[in-house]
Amino acid sequence: MKKIIVGMGTCGLSAGAQPVFDRLKNLSDSYPDRCELSITGCIGMCFREPLVEIRDEKGRTIYGDVSAESAEEIFNEHVLNGRRIEDERVIYGVDTEGDTFGSEAYFLNLQERIVLRNCGTINPESISDYEEAGGYGGLKKALTDMSSEEIIQTMKDSGLRGRGGAGFPTGLKWSFAASNQGDTKYVVCNADEGDPGAFMDRSVLEGDPHAVLEGMIICGKAIGASFGYIYCRAEYPLAIARLEKAIAAARDKGYLGENIMGSGVNFDLKIKQGAGAFVCGEETALFASIEGERGMPRIRPPFPAEKGLWQKPTNNNNVETFANVPWIISNGASAYSSIGTEKSPGTKVFALAGKVVNGGLAEVPMGTTIEHLVFDIGGGIKNNGVFKAVQMGGPSGGCIPSSLKHTPVDFESIPATGAIMGSGGMVVMDQGTCMVEIARFFLNFTQSESCGKCTFCRIGTLRMLEILERITKGEGTPGDIPKLEKLSIQIKEASLCGLGQTAPNPVQTTLRYYLDEYKEHIENKKCPAGECEALVEFYIIPDKCVGCTLCARNCPVDAITGKAREVHTIDQDKCVKCGKCITSCNFNAVVKR
Amino acid sequence: MINVLSTPPGRGRFLRVKVVRVKGVMETAAKKESFNYRLWKYDGAPGELIPLLQSAQEHFGYIPRRAITYISGVTTIPESDVYGVITFYSQFRLQPMGKFVVRACAGTACHVSGAKAIIDTLEDELGVEVGDTSEDGMFTFLTVACIGCCSLAPVMMINNDTHGRLTPASVRKIIKKYRRKTDNENNAGVS
Repeated sequence: MKKIIVGMGTCGLSAGAQPVFDRLKNLSDSYPDRCELSITGCIGMCFREPLVEIRDEKGRTIYGDVSAESAEEIFNEHVLNGRRIEDERVIYGVDTEGDTFGSEAYFLNLQERIVLRNCGTINPESISDYEEAGGYGGLKKALTDMSSEEIIQTMKDSGLRGRGGAGFPTGLKWSFAASNQGDTKYVVCNADEGDPGAFMDRSVLEGDPHAVLEGMIICGKAIGASFGYIYCRAEYPLAIARLEKAIAAARDKGYLGENIMGSGVNFDLKIKQGAGAFVCGEETALFASIEGERGMPRIRPPFPAEKGLWQKPTNNNNVETFANVPWIISNGASAYSSIGTEKSPGTKVFALAGKVVNGGLAEVPMGTTIEHLVFDIGGGIKNNGVFKAVQMGGPSGGCIPSSLKHTPVDFESIPATGAIMGSGGMVVMDQGTCMVEIARFFLNFTQSESCGKCTFCRIGTLRMLEILERITKGEGTPGDIPKLEKLSIQIKEASLCGLGQTAPNPVQTTLRYYLDEYKEHIENKKCPAGECEALVEFYIIPDKCVGCTLCARNCPVDAITGKAREVHTIDQDKCVKCGKCITSCNFNAVVKR
Repeated sequence: MINVLSTPPGRGRFLRVKVVRVKGVMETAAKKESFNYRLWKYDGAPGELIPLLQSAQEHFGYIPRRAITYISGVTTIPESDVYGVITFYSQFRLQPMGKFVVRACAGTACHVSGAKAIIDTLEDELGVEVGDTSEDGMFTFLTVACIGCCSLAPVMMINNDTHGRLTPASVRKIIKKYRRKTDNENNAGVS
């Protein structure tokens, strides 16, 4: 009996997994005695999606870049004839000896997977798959063999720190909520993954939803809470659908509800959908949103452990944090703390994106260097580009230059560079990325997402954005840089929540490492990266131009000349840099330089 | 039609029960509760305003004025507060959407991979600016912070279909395909 597994995470589906699944469904239905068809979540190799795995007596084989047609070929050759197709399409495999093979095997071999332990291997919609993989074993141990104090002590000993970005020790956080007396307490899971460029929480929810539920139930027992909320952003419909299924299945099996596994512990939970507000990733804003109000942060203290959701003691952790919990309880605190660095134990999932060859998810021990992630696992820079910087922590984070590529990623070293760990998004940038433009991009984001409560965040970010827009348009003045520096400090000092306190980070880090680039914009009106439209010239590559006249006809100021079927040229004196020629060219012949 | 609302304030029959079907892998997921049923079920439990607005938007495609009055009537939350919540969250819309909702991703990964050229092309091709709906009601053009398909950047979504690895040329091709599809449907309807 062979098992055919199609990767059906959001990344797989958008790369075209549905037609692959449909074709394989038709084929496998004809041979019900020889194979069964199943689905799985994202294994992390998003750059080769859609993926199809065949499991048989010879081990596992994963094929990449599968289309409906090649799925049929794989089905005929591998499933029916029992012959593995030996070419580039085999990206990863494990034989009966446990040895790995395949063109991208290194991508998984270089990782250490705890959070992603089941992602891409089990069917996320099947609770029995999860149980077979050891799921709910941690819960059983926590409910039957451990007291609440022992659970909290284990979490403290493991050294697990919150994976949402701030890195607060999880065990300590739980002990605060546990020590506060109250008839009702809540466990909240923050699944409002709003950082652009981060998608690890989505992958966990889509690929292994039961791990998050199990972590939450264990937390419920530890702090004495009997109800929980998962606050998930509405932009993740598949994650919500899989969570709903998982909750229903867990209720059926008695993992949720009253008197779980005969232990006397009651716990149930509910999904709350976010409605598209970045600030709701901040815990007090998140509580306001669950309560049905505008998601605006509240003043702390009182801290959530004392008065959180509905003014009751509340413990709030991120998806990745909860997914770690069952593994820690099952394997013990020392097994976890032995991984990673002394002050930042364990592993961390990173989302590699941008100008990196292998865009996807990678889980590595804390303390791994940026260079290892970008070059060894990520495969280096696309199109043989030059590595310029990596952006970590989303709009709250900063840009780490290539000169600091030996920096280990952990909760001590990354903040020292001026960036933050954040939730683990890593956007790689090459020589064509302008750092002033990137700072403007993030300020534009935080400015529009600021809830408006604190004056410095509401107005200060707008002033910073205006200055940055001016600089990228070539209208910057020498006084702009000191103004940006001053505003950065003021916004950080005078904002209530994490959004405002970190919003200036992208500006501060780019000023720190790329001051020359700012100066070049302001003094010489030049954009060294060739990105800021007002400061570059538009140019037609003669080799690519076929003389279709489309750009000339679209040019609003008749700056482009050339006869039909001959190379066109742009008159720089007339050009107003509107970019119409770039967007109208069908041959990518117009470039900025 | 089942009218499950026994005491609607003034307007009894404008709501219809609608069963939402989600295609493909999500088919077996729990069926979503209709707007009507949610309102009827509302028992004063706090925190229900956002889910109510979400189901109203699912039902109408946007949040019409009358839905605000209606929700306010049932929940006793003042209309101004309901409006305040609607305008706070980017998901809610007070205007009807086009037949096709084009969402260009403006996330970090897409940004460094040339999302601006994609957005410019779309504005040009659709003839509307970000946030607007074309006059013929065909396209609504929005940008989103991140779709989460960073490895396929730059990306856009048209309704629920994701298109990745875009170039200005491929964007125009895709939009033309949607236009042609609608034209064919309209012509088929006339003949």
